[in-house]
Amino acid sequence: MARKINLRIWRGNSTDGALQDVTVDAMEGEVILDVIHRVQAEQMNDLAVRWNCKAGKCGSCSMEINGKPRLACMTRVSTFEDGETVTITPLRAFPVIKDLVTDVSFNYKKAMQIPAFQPPADLKPGQARMQQIDVERSQEFRKCIECFLCQDACHVIRDHEENKKSFAGPRFFIRIAELDMHPLDVIRNRKQTAQEEHGLGMCNITKCCTEVCPEHIKITDNAIIPMKERVVDVKYDPLRWLGSVIRKRDGIL
Amino acid sequence: MSRSLGRYAYDVVVIGAGGAGLRAAVEAREAGLSVAIICKSLFGKAHTVMAEGGVSASMGNVNSDDNWMVHFRDTMRGGKFLNHYRMAELHAKEAPDRVWELEMWGALFDRTKEGKISQRNFGGHEYPRLAHVGDRTGLELIRTMQQRIVALQQNDEKETGDPEKFIKVFAELTITEILKDNGKVSGVYGYWRESGDEVFFDSPAVILATGGIGKTFKITSNSWEGTGDGHALALKAGGRLKDMEFIQFHPTGMVWPPSVRGLLVTESVRGDGGVLTNSNGERFMFNYIPDVFKDKYADNEAEADRWYTDQTNNRRPPELLPRDEVARAINTEVKAGRGSEHGGVYLDVSKRLPAEVIKKKLPSMWHQFYELAGVDITKEAMEVGPTCHYVMGGVDVDPDSTAAVGVPGLFAAGEVAGGMHGSNRLGGNSLSDLLVFGRRAGIGAANYVKSAGANPVSDTSLKAAQEKIEKPFTQTGGENPYALHHELQELTQSLVGIIRTKKELEEALIKIAELRVRIGKVSVSGGREFNPGFHLSFDLDNMLLVAESTALAGLTREESRGGHTRDDFPVMSSQWRQVNLICTFDGKKVSVEKTPLPSMPKELFELFDPHELEKYMTAAEMSKGGSN
Repeated sequence: MARKINLRIWRGNSTDGALQDVTVDAMEGEVILDVIHRVQAEQMNDLAVRWNCKAGKCGSCSMEINGKPRLACMTRVSTFEDGETVTITPLRAFPVIKDLVTDVSFNYKKAMQIPAFQPPADLKPGQARMQQIDVERSQEFRKCIECFLCQDACHVIRDHEENKKSFAGPRFFIRIAELDMHPLDVIRNRKQTAQEEHGLGMCNITKCCTEVCPEHIKITDNAIIPMKERVVDVKYDPLRWLGSVIRKRDGIL
Repeated sequence: MSRSLGRYAYDVVVIGAGGAGLRAAVEAREAGLSVAIICKSLFGKAHTVMAEGGVSASMGNVNSDDNWMVHFRDTMRGGKFLNHYRMAELHAKEAPDRVWELEMWGALFDRTKEGKISQRNFGGHEYPRLAHVGDRTGLELIRTMQQRIVALQQNDEKETGDPEKFIKVFAELTITEILKDNGKVSGVYGYWRESGDEVFFDSPAVILATGGIGKTFKITSNSWEGTGDGHALALKAGGRLKDMEFIQFHPTGMVWPPSVRGLLVTESVRGDGGVLTNSNGERFMFNYIPDVFKDKYADNEAEADRWYTDQTNNRRPPELLPRDEVARAINTEVKAGRGSEHGGVYLDVSKRLPAEVIKKKLPSMWHQFYELAGVDITKEAMEVGPTCHYVMGGVDVDPDSTAAVGVPGLFAAGEVAGGMHGSNRLGGNSLSDLLVFGRRAGIGAANYVKSAGANPVSDTSLKAAQEKIEKPFTQTGGENPYALHHELQELTQSLVGIIRTKKELEEALIKIAELRVRIGKVSVSGGREFNPGFHLSFDLDNMLLVAESTALAGLTREESRGGHTRDDFPVMSSQWRQVNLICTFDGKKVSVEKTPLPSMPKELFELFDPHELEKYMTAAEMSKGGSN
C-alpha cells in the first residue's frame, strides 16, 4: 500500500543551503519522520535530523512542515494530498547547524535565568500536603516537552533576533507561571520578573504559541494572560501601588 | 585534514543524561566533585521521558500495609529470585526517600485525598505503589532533575561567577571509548555529533548511565539512543556483563500502523481496569496463571473485577501478572490464530471506564492512539503485542557502590547495570532503580575519586582511540551502516526473540560473526558534520556486542525464566537459579562463564513463606535457610 510522496527538504549549513527535491515511498500510517528516515537510509545518508522517542514525548524532531512548526513524528503523511509536495525546513527562529538541525541553545540559556523552585525552609521530605486541584494548574505547564515549537512560532523573536536578549519566550512564561502557581514555591515576585526581566509585556497575545503546542497547553490563556492581568492589577491600582512602595514587600504580587 | 581535539578535565564523567545519570551527577556535585554530564541527545530528551506508569516506592500512602519488605518480596518474585538480593533490598528500602526528595526539588505528583503523593496499582506489586503524574511520570522525573542541575549551576554562578564551573552538560556528544591507564580508568574519548570534532576527558571516575539496548531489536519501545553503548563500553574496558539473556518484552506495544509498531502502551491501562481479549472476545489471561502465582491472582472474572474496588478480599486480575507472563500469553494467543486484525490482541478500557476518566488518567495514551492510529480509546479497543522494552542484564556491579567489577574507576547505574531485576523487571521498578542507584553511583564515584586521586590520560591511550574514530571514513568495502543495522534487527527479532531454541541461537551466533566481519567494511559518505551514517557506524559495533552477549548467554542457559524462554527447555530449574552468566570480551569475541548467584542472608530469606521459596529453590538451599 505504498505511495510516493514528494518532499522538498532544506539542506545546508550555517552559511549556505537550498531546498532539494526528492521522491520517496510512504507506507500506510506513516508519519513525516518515517519518510525522512527512508530518505536518509536510501538517498541521503548524511541528512541531519534530530529525533528520539518518535512518540511525541521528547520534543526532539521539531521542524517546519509546509511552513508550520510541527513535530515530524506526529505529522501523518495521510494528511497531505496525493501528489502534493511537502516542504520541510529547519526551525526558523534558531540558527541552522546542518540541514534540519538547529542550534537551540538560546532556550537553555533562558532556562538558566529563571530562579529555581524553592520550597519552604522548614519543609521536610515526605511532609508536603497538597490537594490535586492545587497541583493541576502547574501540572498543565509541566506537560511541556521542550520541543520549542512555541518559541519558533512566536513572532516576537521569529524574525527579530534583536528581541531575543530581552524576551524569554512562551516556553519560559509557562515555566514562570508553573513556579508561580506551585503550591510549595516560596519566591513571591515571579510575575514581576516575568514582566521586568523576561519581556512578558512584549507578548501581544496572538496565541500562535498555543496553536502549535503539541501538548495542547493553553499557554496564552492559562499562563500568559493571568500573569499579565496580575501585573497590571498592581501596577495600575493606586492603592496597591502605594502599598508596594511603602511596604517594600516582594510578596504583594 | 587536521581537526581540533578538545580536552577537558573533571573529577567524574557521567555518560548518559537520563534519570540515573542526572541523579548521579547531582549526588557527585553535592559531594564536592566537578562533574561532566555527557549525552548523545539534547539535555532533557533521554529515554526516561518515555516512562509512563510511575515510580515504585512503598510509601504506603494508599495502603498503609505497604513497606519495604513487601516491595522487596514483590521484586524478588517478579525477577524469579535471580535478582541480586542486596540490590533489591537497597532499592526497596531507599525508594521512598528518593521520591520525597524529588518533591523537594519541585516535582508535582498526583495527590491522594489527604494531599499525599498518590500511588497506583501495577503488575506484580501487591499494593498500590507507583507514584505518578498521569501517564507521563518519566517526563516529570527527568524535568525535575534537569531543573535541579540548573539550580546547582545557579548556585555555583552566585558563588563563583561561573554556572558551569563544577557541573557542565555536554550535549550531542558520543563517547566511543573508556580510556585506561595503569589498570584504572583515566578518562573517556569521543566526538561531538554536531561538528564531528574529537574530544577527550581526563577523569579518574566514569559513571555509565547509558540505558538500554532496544535498538538491537526490530520491534522495540526504545528510541535510537538505546544502542547498548554503556554495555559495550564496559565490555571493551574489561568489565563483565551479567544476565544478558534476560530481555523484557513489554506485553503491550502498539502493533498498528507499522510506523509505530513497538511503541509502548502503558501498563497503567491494565492497572486502571483495561482487559486483554482475543479475537473470540475471550479474556484469555485466566488461562495463563502459572502455579507459582495461583494464590495471588483471580481465576474468574467476577473476583478479578471486584479487586479494583476491594483489594483486601479479592485476588488480582491476571492482566496484572508480571510482564514476562503476559507477553508470553499474548504471543501464544497470536500463534494459535486468535490474534487481532494486525497480529496482536485487544486491550480494551473503553467498556471499563467512562470516557472522561480515561482521558484524565491516561491522557498521553488517548493522544497517542488518536493522533498516530486514528483510534479513540474511549470508544474502541486498542491492538497490542509484545515489544522489546528493557534489558535486565548489564554491567556486573558492587551493589552498594555500583562500582563495576574488574574496572577500577568505572561505575554503572540504571538500565545499564545488571542484577537488580533478576530475570524480569516489575513495572515502576525502573524509575526507582535509577533514582536509588543513580544516587549511589554518585556517592561511589566520589568516595573512589577521593581515595584514588588523579590518573591522567596517556598519549598511547589517546592515539589508539583516535585511530578507531577515523576508521569508517578510511576503510573501503562499501557496506551501508543502515542496511547492516536492519539485518541485525531482523536476526535478533527472529532468532533471539521472545521464544528461543538452541538451533536458532546457534544460527544467530554464526550470523552475528558474519556481520562483525562486514562491519569492518562499513564506509561512510559525506563529511564529519552531523552525519548520522557516521554516528550509526559506532552504534552498530556496540549493538553487535550486545546481541552476541545475549545470544551466547541465551544459548548457555538451558531453562526458561523471566525474560528468557527456551522452547527446548520450557521449565524453570532450581539448579539454574543459582547461576549468573557472565560475559566478557577479549577484543575478538564474547565468552560466557557461570558464576554462583549470591544467596540471601537469613534475615531476608525469612521474609518469605517457605512454601513459596520451595517453588524456586533446591532442597539443599531450603534446608540451609539463608547464607549466614
